[in-house]
Amino acid sequence: MLGAYFDFIRIRFLTMLAYRVNYYSGILIYTLNIGVNYFTWKAIYGGGESLGGFTGAQMTTYVAVSWMARAFYFNNLDREISTDIRDGSIAIQFIRPYNYVLVKMMQGLGEGMFRFMMLMLPGMIIAILLFPVQLPTELSAWAGFLVMLFFSFLISSQINIITGLSAFFVENNEGMMRMKRVVVDLFSGLIVPITLFPDWLSSVLKVLPFQAITYLPGSVFTGRVQGVGIWNVLGIQVIWFLILLVPIVWLYHAARQRLFVQGG
Amino acid sequence: MYYLGLLIEYLKNYMKTRLTYRADFWVEVISDLLFQATNFIFILVIFMHTDSLGGWNQNEVVFVYGFFMVPFGVFSCFVNMWGFSERYIVKGEMDRILTRPAHNLFQIFLENVDPPSLFGSIIGLTIMAISGSNLGLPFEWWTIPMLIILTLSAVAIYTGIYTTLTSLSFYSDAPTGILPLMYNIQTYGRYPVTIYNRAIQVLLTWIIPFAFVGIYPAALFLHRDEMRTMALLTPVVGAVFLGIGLTAWSYGVKKYKGAGS
Repeated sequence: MLGAYFDFIRIRFLTMLAYRVNYYSGILIYTLNIGVNYFTWKAIYGGGESLGGFTGAQMTTYVAVSWMARAFYFNNLDREISTDIRDGSIAIQFIRPYNYVLVKMMQGLGEGMFRFMMLMLPGMIIAILLFPVQLPTELSAWAGFLVMLFFSFLISSQINIITGLSAFFVENNEGMMRMKRVVVDLFSGLIVPITLFPDWLSSVLKVLPFQAITYLPGSVFTGRVQGVGIWNVLGIQVIWFLILLVPIVWLYHAARQRLFVQGG
Repeated sequence: MYYLGLLIEYLKNYMKTRLTYRADFWVEVISDLLFQATNFIFILVIFMHTDSLGGWNQNEVVFVYGFFMVPFGVFSCFVNMWGFSERYIVKGEMDRILTRPAHNLFQIFLENVDPPSLFGSIIGLTIMAISGSNLGLPFEWWTIPMLIILTLSAVAIYTGIYTTLTSLSFYSDAPTGILPLMYNIQTYGRYPVTIYNRAIQVLLTWIIPFAFVGIYPAALFLHRDEMRTMALLTPVVGAVFLGIGLTAWSYGVKKYKGAGS
């Protein structure tokens, strides 16, 4: 039974491999994103020493690591699910002997593994060559980062699944998907590290799941958070992973009651 | 005339479909505005920590952002190629388009009109007015005509770039992941390009000329003389890139062989 789920990872990985254009353009564009952000922050720093607890060098590393992490955890599960719902093919998927949400998660993981090997690693190497990125040297930081990266993927995919399943209730969730994309990029700390937000906003963001996707792992990797703090970060990620399971299970059950097919 | 009639018919159709999903219409308007708000927040957050960005103060950067929103709203309303490959190539709807008398690209634009995007343009104009008056910008006789010309040129640039990229899907059957990433890059044209290093400046000016949809044209209204030549070049760049887009498209359509059923 479990083998079937692993096959979903493998198949998605191979499917991704077929779309080479996306892969080359992906590396190019992620590098460009890092470059532009690097220069923007350099201009913001001007002659200043540190902003919101980040030194200039840490900010460069943070930007590079955050964008590369995004290369791994980003996927379009929300769009896939809402397409399945809208064209009615979800009806068939529901009667197959597997858990639809788990299958989507596995497909997301297959895509993530592809992105990790084909986008993130080569992109990271290019970024290190082009920009003054300072990576940690201890093995433990790397191990910790990989575990956190995996949780970033889980949390981001969970949010995608929730957004996708919402298509059961609002029929056309294009707007929600766009909103989600923007909210995740901004509030996860990808565009602006959370400490730079005004106090009221950053205190709101501290109780939302988005920071667990980019900001917290990025802080650990740039060396701002060390020692016991690393366990706290991991704890927050695990807690959000568990909390987000609740709406998914609920939505999934409610959806099976509510399913009406709009065509197809 | 014929095309204008088509446009009106499609807009009527749009209203009818939209009224079926009434709640969603407002969700979309709000999500569009939220998208703009988040970029706006980024600018505000930056200026909480610095007084100038490459020699441009907060009001100037906000003004540039306001200008940026105007053509982007118009572009998103009339030219929406998001999901072209899935809808028209993979599902074979392109065949239907090609059997009709009106120009194929025009039909695709019409089928995807998105009037709520125009809210963004209105807000952009408002932002320009507010930050412009904060800066005490003079209102010249050429302000309005130039605004229209530069907006249309910027829309032409967007259309050119996205049509070129979309026509790639005639050659490779990949669902292009390039468009969403391009949407990330276009926002960089809003910031003073002089802060970037030479390679990125050249890229944003001549290769994917997003600097011409934000900072250069806006500099004209801000009386930033160092960018005046670039601002006046905007219509030329618009014409060139629109030309490239249309050429790439018509080559692509010739290459097109039906797929799917």
